[in-house]
Amino acid sequence: MAIPKVCGIETEYGIHVENGDPNPIAASSVLINAYAQDIVRQQTGWDFEDESPGNDARGYAREGSMPPEVETHLLNTVLTNGARFYVDHAHPEFSTPECANALECVRYDRAGEQILIRSMVAANSAVPDGRRFIVYKNNSDGKGNSYGTHENYLMDRATPFDRIVHGITPHFVARQIFTGAGKVGSETPTHDGRQVDFQITQRAEFFEERVGLETTLKRPIINTRDEPHADPHRYRRLHVIVGDANLAEVASLLKVGTTSLVLAMIEDDITGDRDLDLADPVRAMHQVSLDRTFSHALEMSDGTTATALEIQWELFSLARKYAEDRGLECMGEEGVGEEVLRRWEMVLHGLETDPMSLARQLDWVAKLRLLEAYRERHGCGWDDHRLAAMDLQYHDLRPERSLFARLDTEKLIDEQSVISAITEPPRNTRAWFRGQCLTKWPAEVVTANWDSLVFDLGTDPLRRVPMMDPLRGTADHVDELLQQSATPSELLDRLSS
Amino acid sequence: MAERELKKKSTGTDHAKESVEEVPATSDKGEKLKAELDDLLDEIDEVLEDNAEEFVRNYVQKGGE
Repeated sequence: MAIPKVCGIETEYGIHVENGDPNPIAASSVLINAYAQDIVRQQTGWDFEDESPGNDARGYAREGSMPPEVETHLLNTVLTNGARFYVDHAHPEFSTPECANALECVRYDRAGEQILIRSMVAANSAVPDGRRFIVYKNNSDGKGNSYGTHENYLMDRATPFDRIVHGITPHFVARQIFTGAGKVGSETPTHDGRQVDFQITQRAEFFEERVGLETTLKRPIINTRDEPHADPHRYRRLHVIVGDANLAEVASLLKVGTTSLVLAMIEDDITGDRDLDLADPVRAMHQVSLDRTFSHALEMSDGTTATALEIQWELFSLARKYAEDRGLECMGEEGVGEEVLRRWEMVLHGLETDPMSLARQLDWVAKLRLLEAYRERHGCGWDDHRLAAMDLQYHDLRPERSLFARLDTEKLIDEQSVISAITEPPRNTRAWFRGQCLTKWPAEVVTANWDSLVFDLGTDPLRRVPMMDPLRGTADHVDELLQQSATPSELLDRLSS
Repeated sequence: MAERELKKKSTGTDHAKESVEEVPATSDKGEKLKAELDDLLDEIDEVLEDNAEEFVRNYVQKGGE
């Protein structure tokens, strides 16, 4: 049986400084410090003990490949909701805590947006010199520079990596038709010199390889970083770098939900009658992003062709049968799996019949509809700067400038749940234990990372509490223990007894 | 037990029926969306940055990840 699809989203936000030093690393630090100091009034450091982003899931390091470096000198914080908020390269990055299902993941991704908004406000009032920090939830600056939104999925280590690559690649290529955040124009030479007015995704044109370890150059569709942040004998963390940052909640739910489902089927070795292996998945990524009619025939390895929509219907049918045969327990509680299936079908049907009817569900449709309406009213061409400005401002997190915030997109999470997720951890993963310990004992938890907490009890040495199973440390597991423990010493005594 | 419940809920015919009913935006919904879009277009010039060209040109990021 497929294991529970614990998941999370990491978002690198775009950052821009008005009236001041444009250094993005300094700006990101100011932003995160402002949040940590002024709002949280505590700062627990990140523990790099177990970081190994250079490990390759294929079991070797490719010659010439460049494992990413961990920048330990940059600002890193762990929040009481179990999330990590830090400076990554030249961007503020928010990693949601581990979530037990796709809907919870959307909730924490939304909480991340709110945390960035609060950080902007705090930073703007903290600096006296008139600097203004502006944060964007997008993936490119329109000039050939891209930054990522990564998804993470817990997988069974017993599933062969080759099977994952073969099974998930067609989904990564084809899911773009609902995960795309939309973009005016193009910024790489991937389109054979063709003029591009608008494309479905921000990210597609930055992908150059099928499989690889890199994330910043020669980006691969399948990233092989083998860093489970959990017991490596039992688990794998699939690190997914092909997605766009979504603002629309339905798009976000489908991005994580459909991917969780397809990965569960891969674990259970479910295959359909048709082999969905693409002849050239990298080229197909680019083609799908440019094809707003979903009619482009993608070449398959078996010599046939399929459109992105056909691939999606194939995967959906397989998933529906899988749900009927085996249930959807791995998708978490409360019918989230059923909700994902229901919406998946609705969105595919909408894309097939009238894509513009999905303006409340999908980012690229919402953006395109707005741009088209503006073009019609003002009679402007796609090269008009105002359209590029609107594209950028769709993602602007400032409430007074955000175009997305002005569109009435469908909400799946009520605002109160988003607000509580800013400070409270998810109940059904180890993030609960991390977040609760940070809330209860901010002074004694000296560092934290995904799979351990380190306590300073005032007596040497420091005590590390390993959390190697993302599914343990939930509210059900540890609430009694936490309530019985008045001090961290008592907690550690109980844990070791 | 939970599994049986889940199975029951996820029968294919139900989904097909729902999607046919829900997906095509009803004219009411379509009208509402259009009216909202018109309102937004009316106010958008105040929301958009003053100098679109300069604003777009100045937004330069370092690659990330």
